[in-house]
Amino acid sequence: MSREIICECGHKNPEGTILCEACGKPLTDDQSSKELLNMRYEGSARRSQTYSRTPIDKIWNFFSSVKVGITLIILVLIAIAIGTIFPQDVYIPAGADPKTFYKEQYGVLGEIYKTLGFDHLYGSWWFVILLGLLGLSIIVASIDRFIPLHRALRNQKIVRHDRFMKKQRMYGVTETDDGAQIIDKARIALKERRYNIREDNGSLLAEKGRFSRWGPYVNHIGLIIVLTAGMLRFFPGMYTHEVLWLKEGETAKLPGTHGEYYLKNHKFILETYNQNNKQYEKSLKRAGTVAKNYQSNVTLYKTSDHHVLGAKPELHKVEDAGIRVNAPLEFNHYQVFQADYRLNEFNKMSFKLTNKKTKKSFGKLSVDLFNPKKEYDLGNGYRVKLIDYFPDFYFNDKGEPASKTDVPENPAFIFKMFTPDHPKGEVSFVAIKTNLEPLGKNDYKMTFAGVETKNVSGFVIKKDWTLWIFFVGMIIFLIGVGQGMYWNHRRMWLQRQGNTLVFAGHTNKNWFGLKKDIRFVVEKSGLSEPVDRLEQKSLEKEREIQA
Amino acid sequence: MADRKKRLIIRTLIILILVAAVGFTIYQIFNKKHVVEIGDTAPDFILTDVHGKKVHLKDFRGKAVVLNFWATWCDPCKREMPYINKVYEKTKNQKDVVILAVNIKESKFAVENFLNRYHIKFPVLMDKKGDVMDAYNIVPIPTTFFIDKDGKVVDKVTETMPSADYLQKKIEKIKP
Repeated sequence: MSREIICECGHKNPEGTILCEACGKPLTDDQSSKELLNMRYEGSARRSQTYSRTPIDKIWNFFSSVKVGITLIILVLIAIAIGTIFPQDVYIPAGADPKTFYKEQYGVLGEIYKTLGFDHLYGSWWFVILLGLLGLSIIVASIDRFIPLHRALRNQKIVRHDRFMKKQRMYGVTETDDGAQIIDKARIALKERRYNIREDNGSLLAEKGRFSRWGPYVNHIGLIIVLTAGMLRFFPGMYTHEVLWLKEGETAKLPGTHGEYYLKNHKFILETYNQNNKQYEKSLKRAGTVAKNYQSNVTLYKTSDHHVLGAKPELHKVEDAGIRVNAPLEFNHYQVFQADYRLNEFNKMSFKLTNKKTKKSFGKLSVDLFNPKKEYDLGNGYRVKLIDYFPDFYFNDKGEPASKTDVPENPAFIFKMFTPDHPKGEVSFVAIKTNLEPLGKNDYKMTFAGVETKNVSGFVIKKDWTLWIFFVGMIIFLIGVGQGMYWNHRRMWLQRQGNTLVFAGHTNKNWFGLKKDIRFVVEKSGLSEPVDRLEQKSLEKEREIQA
Repeated sequence: MADRKKRLIIRTLIILILVAAVGFTIYQIFNKKHVVEIGDTAPDFILTDVHGKKVHLKDFRGKAVVLNFWATWCDPCKREMPYINKVYEKTKNQKDVVILAVNIKESKFAVENFLNRYHIKFPVLMDKKGDVMDAYNIVPIPTTFFIDKDGKVVDKVTETMPSADYLQKKIEKIKP
């Protein structure tokens, strides 16, 4: 048995109703005793306040509360604010290890920050839960308010209960013998102001802009769509954002494309404005060097089909392209952006084999720092063997030469030089600005003869199926905001009781606008001007204080 | 009455949909990086060893496979190399145990030099582009996988193995 409240007008109201949906009669004691009615949600039964029998109802009612919703919003805001204190992990320096970076850079606070997941806030499980709860709160609170409000507005009658009229903020009584004529004139005036008019037995309900009441619910739908779009970014195939560093001349798998595409970087180009440029001469003098173009000339390849990991794939050329800043290479919903670059990284180093005394050179050799050869034959009985190579040289704790990584940041070499005079070979240790003879004095040495460098392009590979969903969500959100902000739901009731005309007016916001409409109707029809009882009340209060 | 039932069903559905959406998102967050974990099937690969011989992981189905990821410049890797070598010498005649070491992105020169210096005999595969490293999502090196006869990862060690015995014991567990 549902406990309905049957009003004296005969309308059946759901449990918890404050004002009868049809005639507006106050159904609760506290509303009856008040001077003005609380018109929020038309005094309908907000559903959260009625059913709480099952655990589901209890959860529902909890999230239906605006207080809970606002608390969640504040928590989200605090989390986002804290997330800006230290950089997010995608913005820490390239190559820095997030595991140690925060602690080293920011101490204990940095460590806590990292541990709690503030370093990748939008991907933190607890932040996602928070957004999920907020989403639930938005949905539940909206349903709980929209349905009863819609019901109440649909069921509203033209003739309202006396007490409903009397307790409206705008209220006026006109004594007249000429009621019918005044109502006629009022009707014309209201029509002129584009009110929808319904009549019943000589009484009149004029209504305008009811759709503005749905604004909040429309904007909540928009928000839910935005949250959904954010969630979809975590779904496989929906969103890709990957970084690829590619040296000139190299080919690599494009990350994020599941091994489907490969990219070859032919050349990285950094162009600057010519200092003698007539047009910009002045500004260039002030600014120094100004970049004009960052470009990588690349070739895109597609792999033939699914190949086993590690095996060399069969590549089919798709296209040649020049990727410039803001002019990405686009293919199959992917975009490859020119995002970064590094200039002049060591690639090859050349040395000459020279006789220390005579300074005579016996040939040149070039060591590929990424794939060095073991032996270099210089002809005429001169050859050099590479004994050891340290790409990122340092002395380890045993005092031996070693390499920190495999990146040739600080290359060092141990050569064995075979010459006709030294068929057993002499050992030479060569590093940047270092030339040692660890095994005794040599007659020959390896002299540095130049370095070949290459540029490295930094690419960002993107695919985003969610962006348009964000757009749709935000547009709907804005429509909802506009709907609720720029329009108001205004109503006027005009009722005839014998020689008395009772007038009441209500709006959900912008009372000034409503009053203007009322004044217009009053002037055109000859009704007595109604009073704003809220204003009157505050005036009376002021007077009391003064008295 | 029917109304109330309908309402309960709708409420339950909405709450469940939201819980499922958040749950799935969080599942995706934790599974974004497909780190190969215990219980997973080891991703298949073909790599060439230092001598240029092709090695296909799948060919070792039916055998216990130890898969070690390392680099010459990594000191913790260096420390466990003698243990692996020792166990390799002991097990190399056993048909059901395979020891493979994957070198990450280094040159042939660096690897050969290293192998000669430390007298390492076990096969070393060259992951030139780091594709296999990426697929296994190796974060610290050394990382060692213990793969059973069905290609399943039974154990995973992400630090220097303390002794040859330790390695031997782990192998016993995955032997077919």
